[in-house]
Amino acid sequence: MKKRLVLFIPLVLFLVMGVFLYKGLFLNPQKLDSALQGKPVPAFQLERLEDRSEIITNESLKGKVSLLNVWATWCPSCKYEHPYLMRFARQGILPIYGINYRDERSMAIRELSREGDPYTKNIFDHDGRLGLDLGVYGAPESFLIDHNGIVRFRYAGPIDQTVWNETLLPMIKELQAVAKLDGAS
Amino acid sequence: MIKSMVQFSSALLLSLAMISGVFATPVDTYEFKSVDNQKRALELAHSLRCPQCQNQNLIDSNSPVAQDLRLEVYQMVDAGKADDEVIEFMTSRYGEFVLYKPRMEAKTYALWLGPVFLLMCGLLIGFFFIRKQRITEVDDQEISAEEQNELDTLLKRDSK
Repeated sequence: MKKRLVLFIPLVLFLVMGVFLYKGLFLNPQKLDSALQGKPVPAFQLERLEDRSEIITNESLKGKVSLLNVWATWCPSCKYEHPYLMRFARQGILPIYGINYRDERSMAIRELSREGDPYTKNIFDHDGRLGLDLGVYGAPESFLIDHNGIVRFRYAGPIDQTVWNETLLPMIKELQAVAKLDGAS
Repeated sequence: MIKSMVQFSSALLLSLAMISGVFATPVDTYEFKSVDNQKRALELAHSLRCPQCQNQNLIDSNSPVAQDLRLEVYQMVDAGKADDEVIEFMTSRYGEFVLYKPRMEAKTYALWLGPVFLLMCGLLIGFFFIRKQRITEVDDQEISAEEQNELDTLLKRDSK
């Protein structure tokens, strides 16, 4: 009897491998965890897109749970994402900071005035240095930042209603609850 | 025969030439301070994966991110940074993912040691299997005198 059971080992191994490989079919290799998750937003000091004289730093992001959204005028998926961002901005759930990534200032300003501006403020990252420090590998990418300026989540790709409802909003609610306990708004 | 050998060897030579060609020419021109720096930077960039086109290394890929990162690697090497520092710079931003050769640590033990473990299992199974067969072979040879007699008579009968 024991000998018979031993004969089943290859079948069991095959099934286990099969399950893993089958699961592998539905994994998205583009979805990478951010190396920054749980770490503070890298230090930066950049001009505001709309106003050269205003300098935005990583300290400016502290105090409130916020969303950092990396975008550019050359990025087609950002255009898909834009109306959704407009909607979320109107709901006023949290400040959305834009990072205008490797873009031309005048083109970016023109696009925002034409299509509407969902951003509380826009950080002008012309040479992509902040993007590099954030580990951005393509636009759009969005980072959830807690009230202490710690990166809590990174979403690579355009945000739409489904992503917002199922992934981002629950996390935002949670982070805001924690922020409230800490005494931040 | 000779013709096919010539064909084969020329194909081999051609593919070899193409391999070295890919290795020697980075996509963009960057003036390194020294040949050593260039060699080290290219080797490093070859060992790092592009986060966007995930099946290409930093040299092969032409995506904007790869171009940036490649330049970053070149500049860091030229500034005299050690390999470890460059790799630390990349992994702290883009994660372990950019390393083609994962580090040896708790979560990658299965990856590094798995094949050795499987090989050991195979060898062990093979060893026991062969030993068992040997034992049964020895068993087969031991037949009693009575059986031997019977066998002899049978053989004799057939040969008559």
